[in-house]
Amino acid sequence: MALKIENAWKSYPSTNGGVAGVQHVLRNVSLDIPSKSFVTLIGHSGCGKSTLLNAIGGLVSLDGGKVLLDGIPVKGGGPDRAMVFQQYSLLPRLSIVDNVRVAVTAARPHWKSAMIDDRVERYLTAVGLWEQRSKRPSEVSGGMQQRAAVARAFAVEPRVLLLDEPFGALDALTRGRLQTQLTELWQNESDTEIVVMVTHGVDEAVILSDRVVVMGNPPGPSILDDMSIRIARPRTSPKVLEEPAFREATNRLMHLLGAETHAA
Amino acid sequence: MTSTAILDEPAVTTQVSAEIAPAKSAQLVAPLRPQVAAVAPVAAKGPSRVRMVFSSAAWAFLGLGTIVALWAIAASHNPDLPSPFATFKELRILLRSPFHNGGPNDLGVGLQLLGSLERVFVGFALAAVVGIPFGMFIGTNRYAWKAANPIIQLLRPVSPMAWFPIWLITIKNAPNAAKIVIFITALWPIIINTAAGASAIPPDQANVAKVFRFNRRTYARHVVLPNALPGIVTGLRISMGVAWMVIVAVEMLSGGVGIGFFVWDAYNALNLARVVAAILIIGMTGLILDFGFLRLARRVALHPTRS
Repeated sequence: MALKIENAWKSYPSTNGGVAGVQHVLRNVSLDIPSKSFVTLIGHSGCGKSTLLNAIGGLVSLDGGKVLLDGIPVKGGGPDRAMVFQQYSLLPRLSIVDNVRVAVTAARPHWKSAMIDDRVERYLTAVGLWEQRSKRPSEVSGGMQQRAAVARAFAVEPRVLLLDEPFGALDALTRGRLQTQLTELWQNESDTEIVVMVTHGVDEAVILSDRVVVMGNPPGPSILDDMSIRIARPRTSPKVLEEPAFREATNRLMHLLGAETHAA
Repeated sequence: MTSTAILDEPAVTTQVSAEIAPAKSAQLVAPLRPQVAAVAPVAAKGPSRVRMVFSSAAWAFLGLGTIVALWAIAASHNPDLPSPFATFKELRILLRSPFHNGGPNDLGVGLQLLGSLERVFVGFALAAVVGIPFGMFIGTNRYAWKAANPIIQLLRPVSPMAWFPIWLITIKNAPNAAKIVIFITALWPIIINTAAGASAIPPDQANVAKVFRFNRRTYARHVVLPNALPGIVTGLRISMGVAWMVIVAVEMLSGGVGIGFFVWDAYNALNLARVVAAILIIGMTGLILDFGFLRLARRVALHPTRS
């Protein structure tokens, strides 16, 4: 099983100094993501990393090229690909447990209700929210809302998990804890094969990923670099920061993104 | 008559404001006095709130008193107009046995009012049942919106009374025709406000629905309806207000039972005191209906639509 992006093109209309033009955000992007890997897309705003993620999730249709899952082109959203959004995106009038249940019921119409209940309880327990399940999103902290969103995504048992700056709105401590929790969930509690994450955070990208894809702004090439991170898991936070491989990877990323800033 | 009323107005206000003025200046001066300043930190909240409520009530009574005074003056200059006293006497008579039933031509004002309320609620409920789903539909589908909007804009400014002959002839039953008129009256505000609410769905909620493949029903129930709810309640409140205004006019034409017919009947009996008393009853009923919807709107607004 693999996720494959073949010659993806996407452009948006843009106004540059009052002149209407076209912004080519994805310029012939091809990626081959094998099973059991955590891939991060990193780059400055406007480099197309979110567009690519949304194309995989079925929220954006490509102008050209394909997204293939096991060789089958994806069309629209689907239970094989679940997404965690930056702004939590829970439905505000539903309790946490109902948020998860409604999403699982919608994404998996053929599951029996006992199966749905089981998945809902399992993943809410895994993120430590089962006790808080009856609360509305507005009654819990941002970190808890994002954990609920993570539980919602895992509970549909997707093959591909898509994370759109999932920790961007959280404070540093909560972010660290949630990063660890997410990796553990992915590796130990789920059958999810691939995780694709979009982030601005260099440290976060290196700590979590097996592979980091650096994306550049137009008009240069879409993919600037594609680097493997070979650090043994589990990567516990204070220890991994000392590793030479970690330092080397972050330095290289900083250099690439810094050069990109100067060029722009 | 009118000129006298206008001439008299300043006299009434200056008289009353002269009474209020000392109290106001005392309030301003008070904190300067040492013994008041000493208790101020503890007592500051209590008395000021009491004083505020008292002040609102005083101003309300002042307004009411002015109107009644002007009314009394106008009535004293025109024998056709009922005086406030005659009107309140009539009101007392009407409210003594509101549910009196002495045959079709002798019904208590309470029964007349209930007849009107029934018509309004049937027409209104029908408008809600049709208007809310339709508003949600055109609010979420831009082609449906483009198709429906011109028709709505064309028909909305038409007085619902203009439709009455059509229903009288086709339905051949005046009370039911009145219900249809109320239905049309209430329909437009419900559709327009529901559509406005339903069209403003936060993009992140729309994305959740796409990613997790919400079907139409789930999407309508968990995404569209919660976002449209404040608009729906606003639409219902506006419709009820307009419907309550229109029913009086409809019943004046249709006859039978109802508060509008009651007004018309009083006019035919040249009993203007009864007309004015009925106006007061209509106004109070409208106020209660609106208050109910206001409470409902507050309850709906208390629940967050965004996380």
